[in-house]
Amino acid sequence: MARPAYEKPTLVRNTIGLMNKAGRRADLDEESSLDGIPVTKLCAEFGSPLFVFSERRLRAKIQEAKDALARRHPKATLCWSYKTNYLDAICAVHHQEGSLAEVVSGMEYEKARRLGVPGDRIVFNGPAKTRTELERAVQERAIVHADHMEEICLLERIAAERGERPTVGLRVSLDAGVHPRWDRFGFNLESGQALQAARRIARGGRLNLGGLHTHIGTFITEPAAYGRSAATLAAFAGAVEKDTGARPTHLDLGGGYASTNTLGSQYHSGALAPTFAEYAEAIGSALVDAGDGTTPLLPLLVEAGRTLVDDCGTLLATVLSVKRLGDGRRAIVIDAGVNLLFTAWWYRLNVVPARNTGGFIEETVVYGPLCMNIDCIRESVALPDLKPGDRLSISPVGAYCVTQSMQFIHLRPACVMIDPRGRAHVIRRAEVLEDLTGPERLPEYLRLEGMREPGAVRRPAETGPARRD
Amino acid sequence: MSRTDFDPSALRALAISETGFVFDPRTGHSYSVNGTGLAVLSGLREGLDLPGIARRLYEQFEVEDATVEEDVALFAQRMRDFGLGVRPGTAG
Repeated sequence: MARPAYEKPTLVRNTIGLMNKAGRRADLDEESSLDGIPVTKLCAEFGSPLFVFSERRLRAKIQEAKDALARRHPKATLCWSYKTNYLDAICAVHHQEGSLAEVVSGMEYEKARRLGVPGDRIVFNGPAKTRTELERAVQERAIVHADHMEEICLLERIAAERGERPTVGLRVSLDAGVHPRWDRFGFNLESGQALQAARRIARGGRLNLGGLHTHIGTFITEPAAYGRSAATLAAFAGAVEKDTGARPTHLDLGGGYASTNTLGSQYHSGALAPTFAEYAEAIGSALVDAGDGTTPLLPLLVEAGRTLVDDCGTLLATVLSVKRLGDGRRAIVIDAGVNLLFTAWWYRLNVVPARNTGGFIEETVVYGPLCMNIDCIRESVALPDLKPGDRLSISPVGAYCVTQSMQFIHLRPACVMIDPRGRAHVIRRAEVLEDLTGPERLPEYLRLEGMREPGAVRRPAETGPARRD
Repeated sequence: MSRTDFDPSALRALAISETGFVFDPRTGHSYSVNGTGLAVLSGLREGLDLPGIARRLYEQFEVEDATVEEDVALFAQRMRDFGLGVRPGTAG
Protein backbone atom coordinates (compact mmCIF):
# COMPACT_ATOMS: atom_id res chain seq x y z
CA MET A 1 0.00 0.00 0.00
CA ALA A 2 1.33 3.42 -0.98
CA ARG A 3 2.38 5.67 1.83
CA PRO A 4 0.47 8.97 2.22
CA ALA A 5 2.17 12.06 0.82
CA TYR A 6 4.11 14.04 3.37
CA GLU A 7 2.95 17.50 4.36
CA LYS A 8 4.58 19.68 6.94
CA PRO A 9 3.20 18.97 10.44
CA THR A 10 0.73 21.73 11.21
CA LEU A 11 -0.75 22.91 14.48
CA VAL A 12 -3.45 25.57 14.59
CA ARG A 13 -5.16 26.87 17.70
CA ASN A 14 -8.93 27.00 17.21
CA THR A 15 -10.20 30.45 18.04
CA ILE A 16 -13.57 30.64 19.72
CA GLY A 17 -15.72 33.24 18.06
CA LEU A 18 -14.09 32.85 14.67
CA MET A 19 -15.25 29.27 14.22
CA ASN A 20 -18.49 28.53 12.50
CA LYS A 21 -20.92 25.68 13.02
CA ALA A 22 -19.40 23.81 10.09
CA GLY A 23 -15.98 23.71 11.75
CA ARG A 24 -12.74 23.94 9.79
CA ARG A 25 -12.92 24.09 6.07
CA ALA A 26 -12.13 20.71 4.61
CA ASP A 27 -12.65 21.23 0.90
CA LEU A 28 -11.14 23.67 -1.55
CA ASP A 29 -11.58 24.64 -5.17
CA GLU A 30 -8.84 23.98 -7.63
CA GLU A 31 -8.27 25.36 -11.09
CA SER A 32 -6.30 22.78 -12.99
CA SER A 33 -6.92 24.18 -16.48
CA LEU A 34 -7.92 27.36 -18.27
CA ASP A 35 -10.18 27.05 -21.29
CA GLY A 36 -9.18 23.44 -21.63
CA ILE A 37 -5.41 23.88 -21.33
CA PRO A 38 -3.78 22.44 -18.19
CA VAL A 39 -2.18 25.09 -16.00
CA THR A 40 0.99 23.00 -15.83
CA LYS A 41 1.22 22.95 -19.64
CA LEU A 42 0.71 26.72 -19.90
CA CYS A 43 3.46 27.40 -17.35
CA ALA A 44 5.81 24.87 -18.94
CA GLU A 45 5.37 26.43 -22.37
CA PHE A 46 5.18 30.13 -21.56
CA GLY A 47 6.79 30.46 -18.13
CA SER A 48 5.64 31.59 -14.75
CA PRO A 49 4.20 33.99 -13.81
CA LEU A 50 1.88 34.19 -16.80
CA PHE A 51 -1.14 36.32 -17.61
CA VAL A 52 -3.78 34.25 -19.39
CA PHE A 53 -6.82 35.74 -21.11
CA SER A 54 -9.88 33.90 -22.34
CA GLU A 55 -11.01 35.20 -25.73
CA ARG A 56 -14.15 33.08 -25.55
CA ARG A 57 -15.17 34.62 -22.24
CA LEU A 58 -14.29 38.14 -23.40
CA ARG A 59 -16.41 37.90 -26.54
CA ALA A 60 -19.29 36.47 -24.52
CA LYS A 61 -19.12 39.35 -22.04
CA ILE A 62 -19.07 41.96 -24.83
CA GLN A 63 -21.99 40.30 -26.60
CA GLU A 64 -23.94 40.11 -23.36
CA ALA A 65 -23.39 43.84 -22.75
CA LYS A 66 -24.30 44.79 -26.33
CA ASP A 67 -27.49 42.73 -26.17
CA ALA A 68 -28.42 44.23 -22.81
CA LEU A 69 -28.04 47.76 -24.19
CA ALA A 70 -29.79 47.00 -27.48
CA ARG A 71 -32.84 45.69 -25.65
CA ARG A 72 -33.20 48.95 -23.74
CA HIS A 73 -32.07 51.70 -26.09
CA PRO A 74 -32.47 52.04 -29.88
CA LYS A 75 -29.12 53.74 -30.49
CA ALA A 76 -26.68 52.50 -27.85
CA THR A 77 -23.00 51.89 -28.56
CA LEU A 78 -20.41 50.23 -26.38
CA CYS A 79 -17.03 51.94 -26.02
CA TRP A 80 -13.97 49.98 -24.89
CA SER A 81 -12.13 51.74 -22.09
CA TYR A 82 -8.51 51.41 -23.20
CA LYS A 83 -6.89 52.16 -19.86
CA THR A 84 -8.44 49.02 -18.39
CA ASN A 85 -6.33 46.82 -20.61
CA TYR A 86 -4.79 48.16 -23.80
CA LEU A 87 -3.04 45.03 -24.98
CA ASP A 88 -3.50 45.05 -28.76
CA ALA A 89 -5.16 41.64 -28.80
CA ILE A 90 -7.69 42.62 -26.14
CA CYS A 91 -8.53 45.87 -27.95
CA ALA A 92 -8.79 44.07 -31.30
CA VAL A 93 -11.38 41.67 -29.90
CA HIS A 94 -13.45 44.62 -28.68
CA HIS A 95 -13.24 46.38 -32.02
CA GLN A 96 -14.08 43.21 -33.93
CA GLU A 97 -17.21 43.07 -31.77
CA GLY A 98 -18.10 46.61 -32.84
CA SER A 99 -16.98 48.71 -29.88
CA LEU A 100 -15.62 52.23 -30.21
CA ALA A 101 -12.28 53.06 -28.55
CA GLU A 102 -12.48 55.21 -25.43
CA VAL A 103 -9.07 56.76 -24.80
CA VAL A 104 -7.79 59.21 -22.23
CA SER A 105 -4.37 60.14 -23.57
CA GLY A 106 -2.43 60.70 -26.74
CA MET A 107 -0.65 57.40 -26.17
CA GLU A 108 -3.92 55.49 -26.04
CA TYR A 109 -5.21 57.44 -29.04
CA GLU A 110 -2.14 56.44 -31.03
CA LYS A 111 -2.54 52.84 -29.92
CA ALA A 112 -6.10 52.79 -31.25
CA ARG A 113 -5.12 54.41 -34.56
CA ARG A 114 -2.20 51.99 -34.91
CA LEU A 115 -4.68 49.13 -34.58
CA GLY A 116 -6.67 50.60 -37.47
CA VAL A 117 -9.48 52.28 -35.55
CA PRO A 118 -10.66 55.35 -37.54
CA GLY A 119 -10.58 58.66 -35.71
CA ASP A 120 -14.35 59.03 -35.81
CA ARG A 121 -14.65 55.77 -33.84
CA ILE A 122 -12.48 57.06 -31.01
CA VAL A 123 -13.96 58.79 -27.96
CA PHE A 124 -11.26 61.11 -26.60
CA ASN A 125 -11.72 61.83 -22.89
CA GLY A 126 -9.10 62.60 -20.28
CA PRO A 127 -8.13 65.67 -18.30
CA ALA A 128 -4.81 66.42 -20.01
CA LYS A 129 -5.07 66.57 -23.78
CA THR A 130 -2.20 68.44 -25.44
CA ARG A 131 -2.46 70.81 -28.36
CA THR A 132 -0.85 68.30 -30.71
CA GLU A 133 -3.25 65.58 -29.61
CA LEU A 134 -6.28 67.81 -30.01
CA GLU A 135 -5.14 68.98 -33.46
CA ARG A 136 -4.95 65.37 -34.56
CA ALA A 137 -8.31 64.53 -32.95
CA VAL A 138 -9.94 67.46 -34.75
CA GLN A 139 -8.36 66.52 -38.05
CA GLU A 140 -9.48 62.90 -37.69
CA ARG A 141 -12.99 63.78 -36.48
CA ALA A 142 -12.61 62.03 -33.13
CA ILE A 143 -15.43 62.30 -30.60
CA VAL A 144 -13.87 64.81 -28.20
CA HIS A 145 -15.26 65.55 -24.76
CA ALA A 146 -13.67 68.71 -23.33
CA ASP A 147 -12.63 68.51 -19.70
CA HIS A 148 -12.06 72.19 -18.86
CA MET A 149 -12.40 75.72 -20.22
CA GLU A 150 -8.74 75.94 -21.28
CA GLU A 151 -9.35 72.95 -23.51
CA ILE A 152 -12.35 74.65 -25.11
CA CYS A 153 -10.26 77.79 -25.73
CA LEU A 154 -7.49 75.67 -27.26
CA LEU A 155 -10.00 73.90 -29.50
CA GLU A 156 -11.38 77.29 -30.59
CA ARG A 157 -7.86 78.39 -31.58
CA ILE A 158 -7.26 75.13 -33.46
CA ALA A 159 -10.60 75.57 -35.24
CA ALA A 160 -9.71 79.13 -36.26
CA GLU A 161 -6.28 78.08 -37.54
CA ARG A 162 -7.72 75.20 -39.53
CA GLY A 163 -10.71 77.18 -40.78
CA GLU A 164 -12.99 74.43 -39.51
CA ARG A 165 -15.85 74.15 -37.07
CA PRO A 166 -15.22 70.93 -35.13
CA THR A 167 -17.81 69.28 -32.95
CA VAL A 168 -16.84 69.27 -29.28
CA GLY A 169 -18.67 67.65 -26.40
CA LEU A 170 -18.46 68.30 -22.69
CA ARG A 171 -17.50 66.24 -19.69
CA VAL A 172 -20.02 66.95 -16.94
CA SER A 173 -19.70 66.13 -13.25
CA LEU A 174 -23.01 65.65 -11.48
CA ASP A 175 -24.51 64.41 -8.25
CA ALA A 176 -25.76 60.85 -8.77
CA GLY A 177 -25.93 60.12 -5.06
CA VAL A 178 -22.62 58.27 -5.13
CA HIS A 179 -20.01 58.65 -2.42
CA PRO A 180 -17.31 59.75 -2.89
CA ARG A 181 -18.63 62.19 -5.46
CA TRP A 182 -16.37 62.50 -8.47
CA ASP A 183 -16.24 66.12 -9.47
CA ARG A 184 -12.68 66.55 -10.70
CA PHE A 185 -13.53 65.62 -14.28
CA GLY A 186 -15.33 68.08 -16.50
CA PHE A 187 -17.65 70.95 -15.72
CA ASN A 188 -19.89 70.79 -12.69
CA LEU A 189 -23.58 70.69 -13.46
CA GLU A 190 -25.11 71.79 -10.18
CA SER A 191 -22.97 74.95 -9.92
CA GLY A 192 -23.89 76.06 -13.44
CA GLN A 193 -20.40 75.63 -14.95
CA ALA A 194 -21.57 72.95 -17.37
CA LEU A 195 -24.30 75.20 -18.81
CA GLN A 196 -21.80 78.05 -19.14
CA ALA A 197 -19.44 75.77 -21.05
CA ALA A 198 -22.27 74.61 -23.34
CA ARG A 199 -23.17 78.26 -24.03
CA ARG A 200 -19.55 79.05 -24.83
CA ILE A 201 -19.39 76.23 -27.41
CA ALA A 202 -22.83 76.80 -28.89
CA ARG A 203 -22.56 80.59 -29.11
CA GLY A 204 -18.81 81.04 -29.55
CA GLY A 205 -19.01 80.67 -33.28
CA ARG A 206 -15.96 78.41 -33.55
CA LEU A 207 -17.29 75.03 -32.43
CA ASN A 208 -20.38 72.87 -32.74
CA LEU A 209 -21.81 71.36 -29.60
CA GLY A 210 -21.19 67.62 -29.42
CA GLY A 211 -22.23 65.12 -26.78
CA LEU A 212 -22.55 65.28 -23.03
CA HIS A 213 -20.42 62.90 -21.04
CA THR A 214 -20.36 62.01 -17.36
CA HIS A 215 -18.43 59.51 -15.27
CA ILE A 216 -19.84 59.05 -11.80
CA GLY A 217 -17.16 56.91 -10.19
CA THR A 218 -15.54 53.52 -10.13
CA PHE A 219 -16.73 50.05 -9.12
CA ILE A 220 -20.27 51.32 -8.59
CA THR A 221 -22.34 48.39 -7.36
CA GLU A 222 -25.64 50.27 -7.36
CA PRO A 223 -27.30 50.28 -10.82
CA ALA A 224 -29.77 52.92 -9.62
CA ALA A 225 -26.89 55.42 -9.50
CA TYR A 226 -26.61 55.12 -13.29
CA GLY A 227 -30.34 55.63 -13.55
CA ARG A 228 -29.96 58.88 -11.63
CA SER A 229 -27.00 60.05 -13.70
CA ALA A 230 -28.82 59.17 -16.95
CA ALA A 231 -31.94 61.08 -15.88
CA THR A 232 -29.88 64.09 -14.76
CA LEU A 233 -27.78 64.17 -17.92
CA ALA A 234 -30.86 63.79 -20.14
CA ALA A 235 -32.58 66.66 -18.31
CA PHE A 236 -29.43 68.74 -18.70
CA ALA A 237 -29.37 67.99 -22.45
CA GLY A 238 -32.91 69.32 -22.64
CA ALA A 239 -31.94 72.44 -20.69
CA VAL A 240 -28.94 73.03 -22.97
CA GLU A 241 -31.07 72.74 -26.10
CA LYS A 242 -33.66 75.09 -24.67
CA ASP A 243 -31.03 77.62 -23.59
CA THR A 244 -28.72 77.54 -26.61
CA GLY A 245 -30.84 76.08 -29.37
CA ALA A 246 -28.16 73.42 -29.92
CA ARG A 247 -29.19 69.82 -29.38
CA PRO A 248 -26.35 67.67 -27.96
CA THR A 249 -25.34 64.91 -30.35
CA HIS A 250 -25.30 62.11 -27.78
CA LEU A 251 -25.19 61.17 -24.11
CA ASP A 252 -22.19 59.27 -22.78
CA LEU A 253 -22.70 57.70 -19.36
CA GLY A 254 -19.05 56.82 -18.82
CA GLY A 255 -17.89 53.73 -16.96
CA GLY A 256 -17.34 52.45 -13.44
CA TYR A 257 -19.39 49.24 -13.73
CA ALA A 258 -18.30 46.58 -11.25
CA SER A 259 -16.73 43.22 -12.06
CA THR A 260 -17.07 40.11 -9.91
CA ASN A 261 -13.96 41.06 -7.97
CA THR A 262 -14.41 41.58 -4.24
CA LEU A 263 -13.30 44.87 -2.74
CA GLY A 264 -11.20 44.61 0.41
CA SER A 265 -13.89 46.44 2.32
CA GLN A 266 -16.78 44.49 0.82
CA TYR A 267 -18.75 42.11 3.06
CA HIS A 268 -20.41 40.11 0.29
CA SER A 269 -18.53 38.25 -2.39
CA GLY A 270 -18.04 40.17 -5.61
CA ALA A 271 -19.85 37.34 -7.37
CA LEU A 272 -23.03 39.10 -6.21
CA ALA A 273 -22.17 42.25 -8.21
CA PRO A 274 -24.89 43.55 -10.54
CA THR A 275 -24.95 42.10 -14.03
CA PHE A 276 -24.44 44.44 -16.96
CA ALA A 277 -28.11 43.92 -17.81
CA GLU A 278 -29.06 45.50 -14.48
CA TYR A 279 -26.98 48.60 -15.28
CA ALA A 280 -28.50 48.74 -18.78
CA GLU A 281 -31.99 48.42 -17.35
CA ALA A 282 -31.40 51.32 -14.94
CA ILE A 283 -29.99 53.53 -17.70
CA GLY A 284 -32.55 52.61 -20.36
CA SER A 285 -35.54 53.05 -18.07
CA ALA A 286 -34.29 56.41 -16.80
CA LEU A 287 -33.76 57.74 -20.33
CA VAL A 288 -37.19 56.62 -21.51
CA ASP A 289 -38.80 58.13 -18.41
CA ALA A 290 -36.89 61.38 -18.95
CA GLY A 291 -38.15 61.73 -22.53
CA ASP A 292 -41.41 63.25 -23.67
CA GLY A 293 -42.44 60.17 -25.62
CA THR A 294 -42.21 61.87 -29.00
CA THR A 295 -38.70 63.30 -29.33
CA PRO A 296 -36.24 60.54 -30.33
CA LEU A 297 -33.80 59.52 -27.62
CA LEU A 298 -30.31 60.89 -28.07
CA PRO A 299 -27.75 58.26 -29.13
CA LEU A 300 -26.19 56.64 -26.07
CA LEU A 301 -22.55 55.76 -25.46
CA VAL A 302 -21.50 53.51 -22.59
CA GLU A 303 -17.85 53.10 -21.65
CA ALA A 304 -17.29 49.64 -20.23
CA GLY A 305 -13.91 48.38 -19.07
CA ARG A 306 -13.47 46.38 -15.90
CA THR A 307 -16.92 44.77 -16.11
CA LEU A 308 -16.01 43.21 -19.46
CA VAL A 309 -12.39 42.17 -19.10
CA ASP A 310 -11.68 41.60 -15.41
CA ASP A 311 -13.24 38.15 -15.29
CA CYS A 312 -11.43 37.13 -18.48
CA GLY A 313 -7.92 37.36 -17.02
CA THR A 314 -6.03 35.01 -14.73
CA LEU A 315 -2.46 35.19 -13.49
CA LEU A 316 -0.70 31.88 -13.07
CA ALA A 317 2.03 31.87 -10.47
CA THR A 318 4.37 29.42 -8.78
CA VAL A 319 5.08 28.80 -5.12
CA LEU A 320 8.72 29.52 -4.30
CA SER A 321 8.72 29.01 -0.56
CA VAL A 322 6.51 28.01 2.37
CA LYS A 323 7.34 29.42 5.78
CA ARG A 324 6.05 30.13 9.26
CA LEU A 325 5.92 33.74 10.35
CA GLY A 326 6.96 34.77 13.82
CA ASP A 327 3.37 34.75 14.98
CA GLY A 328 2.84 31.21 13.72
CA ARG A 329 0.87 32.05 10.57
CA ARG A 330 1.67 30.09 7.46
CA ALA A 331 3.00 32.17 4.59
CA ILE A 332 3.96 31.40 1.03
CA VAL A 333 6.19 33.35 -1.31
CA ILE A 334 5.17 33.23 -4.96
CA ASP A 335 6.79 34.56 -8.12
CA ALA A 336 4.13 37.23 -8.79
CA GLY A 337 3.68 40.29 -6.63
CA VAL A 338 2.10 43.71 -6.54
CA ASN A 339 4.43 44.66 -9.39
CA LEU A 340 1.99 42.66 -11.54
CA LEU A 341 -1.13 42.79 -9.38
CA PHE A 342 -1.67 46.43 -8.59
CA THR A 343 -5.31 45.67 -7.86
CA ALA A 344 -4.33 43.39 -4.95
CA TRP A 345 -4.19 46.55 -2.86
CA TRP A 346 -7.95 47.00 -3.06
CA TYR A 347 -9.39 43.61 -4.08
CA ARG A 348 -9.43 40.28 -2.29
CA LEU A 349 -8.25 38.36 -5.33
CA ASN A 350 -9.10 34.66 -5.57
CA VAL A 351 -5.99 32.56 -5.03
CA VAL A 352 -6.64 28.96 -5.97
CA PRO A 353 -4.21 26.04 -6.28
CA ALA A 354 -3.94 24.38 -9.65
CA ARG A 355 -3.93 21.09 -7.83
CA ASN A 356 -5.73 20.46 -4.57
CA THR A 357 -3.23 18.44 -2.62
CA GLY A 358 -5.98 17.41 -0.24
CA GLY A 359 -3.77 18.45 2.64
CA PHE A 360 -4.55 20.45 5.73
CA ILE A 361 -6.30 23.67 4.77
CA GLU A 362 -5.00 26.67 6.66
CA GLU A 363 -5.32 30.43 6.45
CA THR A 364 -2.19 31.54 4.62
CA VAL A 365 -0.49 34.84 3.84
CA VAL A 366 0.45 35.16 0.16
CA TYR A 367 3.56 37.24 -0.47
CA GLY A 368 5.05 38.22 -3.81
CA PRO A 369 8.74 38.08 -4.78
CA LEU A 370 9.60 41.74 -4.20
CA CYS A 371 12.01 42.61 -1.42
CA MET A 372 9.40 44.99 -0.06
CA ASN A 373 7.12 44.50 2.93
CA ILE A 374 4.19 45.90 0.98
CA ASP A 375 4.32 43.03 -1.48
CA CYS A 376 1.37 41.07 -0.14
CA ILE A 377 -1.26 39.59 -2.47
CA ARG A 378 -3.57 38.29 0.27
CA GLU A 379 -3.29 38.73 4.05
CA SER A 380 -5.28 35.57 4.61
CA VAL A 381 -6.61 32.97 2.23
CA ALA A 382 -7.49 29.32 2.85
CA LEU A 383 -4.96 27.12 1.07
CA PRO A 384 -3.91 23.49 1.39
CA ASP A 385 -0.38 22.42 2.18
CA LEU A 386 1.69 23.70 -0.72
CA LYS A 387 5.19 22.96 -1.86
CA PRO A 388 7.69 24.93 -3.91
CA GLY A 389 6.82 24.47 -7.55
CA ASP A 390 3.08 24.19 -7.00
CA ARG A 391 1.07 26.41 -9.36
CA LEU A 392 -1.60 28.88 -8.30
CA SER A 393 -4.18 30.76 -10.30
CA ILE A 394 -5.06 34.29 -9.23
CA SER A 395 -8.19 35.96 -10.54
CA PRO A 396 -9.97 38.08 -11.66
CA VAL A 397 -7.02 40.11 -12.93
CA GLY A 398 -8.07 41.06 -16.46
CA ALA A 399 -8.60 44.72 -15.62
CA TYR A 400 -5.85 47.22 -14.82
CA CYS A 401 -3.25 44.63 -13.80
CA VAL A 402 -1.38 44.48 -17.11
CA THR A 403 -1.67 48.20 -17.82
CA GLN A 404 -0.56 49.13 -14.31
CA SER A 405 2.12 46.47 -13.97
CA MET A 406 5.65 47.74 -13.65
CA GLN A 407 9.25 46.74 -14.18
CA PHE A 408 10.07 46.89 -10.50
CA ILE A 409 12.71 44.47 -9.26
CA HIS A 410 11.47 41.91 -11.80
CA LEU A 411 10.74 42.13 -15.50
CA ARG A 412 7.19 41.61 -16.65
CA PRO A 413 6.05 38.14 -17.75
CA ALA A 414 4.35 37.02 -20.94
CA CYS A 415 0.63 37.38 -21.62
CA VAL A 416 -1.21 34.76 -23.62
CA MET A 417 -4.73 34.60 -24.97
CA ILE A 418 -6.56 31.32 -25.44
CA ASP A 419 -8.71 31.48 -28.55
CA PRO A 420 -12.19 29.93 -28.76
CA ARG A 421 -10.68 26.77 -30.27
CA GLY A 422 -8.46 26.29 -27.23
CA ARG A 423 -5.18 27.45 -28.75
CA ALA A 424 -2.88 29.69 -26.73
CA HIS A 425 -1.28 32.70 -28.43
CA VAL A 426 1.44 34.94 -27.01
CA ILE A 427 -0.03 38.46 -27.05
CA ARG A 428 2.85 40.06 -25.16
CA ARG A 429 6.20 38.34 -24.86
CA ALA A 430 8.06 38.17 -21.58
CA GLU A 431 10.34 41.14 -21.14
CA VAL A 432 14.11 40.98 -21.38
CA LEU A 433 16.61 43.28 -19.68
CA GLU A 434 16.97 45.32 -22.84
CA ASP A 435 13.32 46.37 -22.56
CA LEU A 436 14.33 48.06 -19.30
CA THR A 437 17.73 49.40 -20.25
CA GLY A 438 17.02 50.30 -23.88
CA PRO A 439 15.91 53.89 -23.18
CA GLU A 440 18.77 54.50 -20.73
CA ARG A 441 21.86 56.49 -21.69
CA LEU A 442 25.09 56.19 -19.69
CA PRO A 443 27.39 59.23 -19.95
CA GLU A 444 30.78 58.14 -21.24
CA TYR A 445 32.65 59.22 -18.09
CA LEU A 446 30.56 56.77 -16.00
CA ARG A 447 31.38 53.72 -18.07
CA LEU A 448 33.00 50.91 -16.06
CA GLU A 449 35.96 48.80 -17.14
CA GLY A 450 34.84 45.65 -18.94
CA MET A 451 31.28 46.84 -19.33
CA ARG A 452 29.35 44.93 -21.95
CA GLU A 453 28.43 46.88 -25.04
CA PRO A 454 24.82 48.06 -25.10
CA GLY A 455 22.73 45.82 -27.29
CA ALA A 456 24.77 42.75 -26.40
CA VAL A 457 21.89 41.32 -24.41
CA ARG A 458 20.75 38.02 -25.80
CA ARG A 459 17.03 37.87 -26.63
CA PRO A 460 15.17 34.65 -25.89
CA ALA A 461 12.82 33.17 -28.46
CA GLU A 462 9.53 35.09 -28.68
CA THR A 463 7.53 32.25 -27.20
CA GLY A 464 10.17 30.80 -24.92
CA PRO A 465 9.76 30.35 -21.19
CA ALA A 466 9.63 33.62 -19.29
CA ARG A 467 11.78 32.77 -16.32
CA ARG A 468 12.15 30.40 -13.44
CA ASP A 469 11.16 27.41 -15.50
CA MET B 1 11.49 9.88 31.41
CA SER B 2 10.84 12.07 28.39
CA ARG B 3 13.77 12.62 26.00
CA THR B 4 12.44 16.05 25.12
CA ASP B 5 11.60 19.10 27.18
CA PHE B 6 7.89 18.27 26.96
CA ASP B 7 6.04 17.18 30.07
CA PRO B 8 4.80 13.54 29.83
CA SER B 9 1.84 14.18 32.13
CA ALA B 10 0.81 17.26 30.16
CA LEU B 11 1.06 15.25 26.93
CA ARG B 12 -0.97 12.39 28.37
CA ALA B 13 -3.67 14.80 29.50
CA LEU B 14 -4.36 15.88 25.92
CA ALA B 15 -7.52 14.53 24.30
CA ILE B 16 -6.61 13.74 20.71
CA SER B 17 -9.09 12.55 18.08
CA GLU B 18 -8.19 10.51 15.01
CA THR B 19 -9.26 13.42 12.81
CA GLY B 20 -6.73 15.79 14.35
CA PHE B 21 -8.81 17.60 16.94
CA VAL B 22 -6.76 18.23 20.09
CA PHE B 23 -8.19 19.43 23.40
CA ASP B 24 -6.03 20.56 26.30
CA PRO B 25 -8.18 20.21 29.47
CA ARG B 26 -5.71 22.21 31.54
CA THR B 27 -6.19 25.38 29.51
CA GLY B 28 -9.48 24.76 27.71
CA HIS B 29 -7.85 25.47 24.37
CA SER B 30 -8.49 23.28 21.36
CA TYR B 31 -6.26 22.78 18.33
CA SER B 32 -6.34 21.22 14.90
CA VAL B 33 -3.45 19.22 13.53
CA ASN B 34 -2.89 17.43 10.25
CA GLY B 35 -1.80 13.83 9.74
CA THR B 36 1.90 14.46 10.24
CA GLY B 37 1.09 16.66 13.23
CA LEU B 38 -0.79 13.75 14.76
CA ALA B 39 2.25 11.54 14.20
CA VAL B 40 4.49 14.06 15.99
CA LEU B 41 2.13 14.28 18.96
CA SER B 42 1.90 10.54 19.11
CA GLY B 43 5.69 10.20 19.03
CA LEU B 44 6.08 12.73 21.82
CA ARG B 45 3.56 10.83 23.94
CA GLU B 46 5.58 7.66 23.37
CA GLY B 47 8.67 9.43 24.63
CA LEU B 48 10.52 9.65 21.30
CA ASP B 49 12.98 12.47 20.80
CA LEU B 50 12.62 14.85 17.86
CA PRO B 51 15.14 13.08 15.58
CA GLY B 52 13.34 9.81 16.31
CA ILE B 53 10.02 11.36 15.38
CA ALA B 54 11.52 12.67 12.16
CA ARG B 55 12.78 9.19 11.30
CA ARG B 56 9.33 7.80 11.89
CA LEU B 57 7.83 10.39 9.53
CA TYR B 58 10.30 9.36 6.86
CA GLU B 59 9.10 5.79 7.30
CA GLN B 60 5.39 6.52 7.42
CA PHE B 61 5.08 9.15 4.68
CA GLU B 62 6.22 9.65 1.11
CA VAL B 63 8.75 12.42 1.63
CA GLU B 64 10.07 14.46 -1.31
CA ASP B 65 11.88 17.28 0.45
CA ALA B 66 14.43 16.60 3.15
CA THR B 67 13.10 19.23 5.56
CA VAL B 68 11.44 16.84 7.99
CA GLU B 69 13.85 17.50 10.89
CA GLU B 70 13.33 21.24 10.60
CA ASP B 71 9.57 20.78 10.25
CA VAL B 72 9.40 18.69 13.42
CA ALA B 73 11.50 21.22 15.32
CA LEU B 74 9.20 24.01 14.13
CA PHE B 75 6.13 22.03 15.19
CA ALA B 76 7.65 21.44 18.63
CA GLN B 77 8.42 25.13 18.98
CA ARG B 78 4.86 25.97 18.03
CA MET B 79 3.64 23.64 20.79
CA ARG B 80 5.87 25.44 23.28
CA ASP B 81 4.56 28.81 22.04
CA PHE B 82 1.01 27.63 22.70
CA GLY B 83 1.95 26.05 26.05
CA LEU B 84 0.83 22.69 24.69
CA GLY B 85 2.37 19.64 26.35
CA VAL B 86 4.66 21.65 28.60
CA ARG B 87 4.67 22.26 32.33
CA PRO B 88 2.42 25.14 33.37
CA GLY B 89 4.32 28.40 33.38
CA THR B 90 6.96 27.27 30.88
CA ALA B 91 5.14 28.24 27.69
CA GLY B 92 7.13 29.93 24.98
